[in-house]
Amino acid sequence: MKEILADLDAWRAEGRQVALARVVNVEGSGPRDPGAAMAVSDNGDVIGSVSGGCVEGAVVVEALDILESGERRMVSFGYSDDEAFAVGLTCGGTIHLFIEPLDW
Amino acid sequence: MAELYERLREAIVDERPVALATVIEGPNAGAKLVVEPDGDIIGTLGHSELDRIVTRDAVGELAAGRTGVRHYGAEGQARETDVSVFIESFSPPPIMLVFGAVDFTAALARAGKLLGFNVIVADARSVFATVKRFPMADRVMVAWPDEVFDIYGDRLGPHDAVCILTHDPKFDVPAVQRAVATDVGYIGVMGSRRTHATRLERLHEVGVDEKGIDRLMAPIGLDIGSRTPEETAISVCAEIIANRTGHRAPSLRDSEGPIHRPPAEG
Repeated sequence: MKEILADLDAWRAEGRQVALARVVNVEGSGPRDPGAAMAVSDNGDVIGSVSGGCVEGAVVVEALDILESGERRMVSFGYSDDEAFAVGLTCGGTIHLFIEPLDW
Repeated sequence: MAELYERLREAIVDERPVALATVIEGPNAGAKLVVEPDGDIIGTLGHSELDRIVTRDAVGELAAGRTGVRHYGAEGQARETDVSVFIESFSPPPIMLVFGAVDFTAALARAGKLLGFNVIVADARSVFATVKRFPMADRVMVAWPDEVFDIYGDRLGPHDAVCILTHDPKFDVPAVQRAVATDVGYIGVMGSRRTHATRLERLHEVGVDEKGIDRLMAPIGLDIGSRTPEETAISVCAEIIANRTGHRAPSLRDSEGPIHRPPAEG
């Protein structure tokens, strides 16, 4: 979260609604360790990353949904073997994210 | 509102260690504690006993620089899993002390910054130790090793690094002496194998024991055929990483022959 702090401050100063996604757990091979974070603003801007670019698109969709509903939740992404076009990590691991509105 | 975030933000910006504990599963998902190293907290996870246990664990995780998920009962009980708490440690950046304002210093300071180090460059010669020559360093000190270790010695731990590039016994012997008396995770010393052999004699004379000598990565860096200051900086930083993770990498210390041998035919 350190790396996105300056951008988060700017968004907050502009009064934007922000969803924060943090990697809390990684099983097997994963590109980023727990603590990696990205944030999505209500107009769809993105800062930070939680993988090597494999799942960020799907995280934006989840984050915007969570901003709308206000319901924080865990979201997991794993290796998508049988669904060639589904979102997943090509490295074979599973990452668990906690996504929530930055309302604290 | 925003009080937790502000407290967390201030600590991170001021480079003070701080932990953030968040309930990610169970009742009160999203509830948070901001925990400082002395056990001061703000926020609550919903139950005072859970707060107390998680604070205790967060202080430990913070000291170890660890981030991860721990499980508890609703009232903080061990061996129960009703509540999952993500404890995230924010540690101040690790320190890299670079002794010697030489050709290689600027490149190493840049590479150190790339890895997130708080880089301090020190040399006793005021002509060389200037901010103008090392604008990328967080601090440039005109100082002898003793003065630098008086300030930073107690702060050095497993994630920090000392790089001694002076290859002048006047500076490197006292720098090594003070470095091995700290808990620093990495001590690299620049110089040819012959320079290091002479240095070892002097270190023995001033009473550095075998345990201390064993901690020295000298000649400094990995045996990857680096030549330029930039390549050498990469080899030193790679050695620092390998040293911390315990992974195997070919250190110059463990090889033989010339450091700068011609490229292999082929």
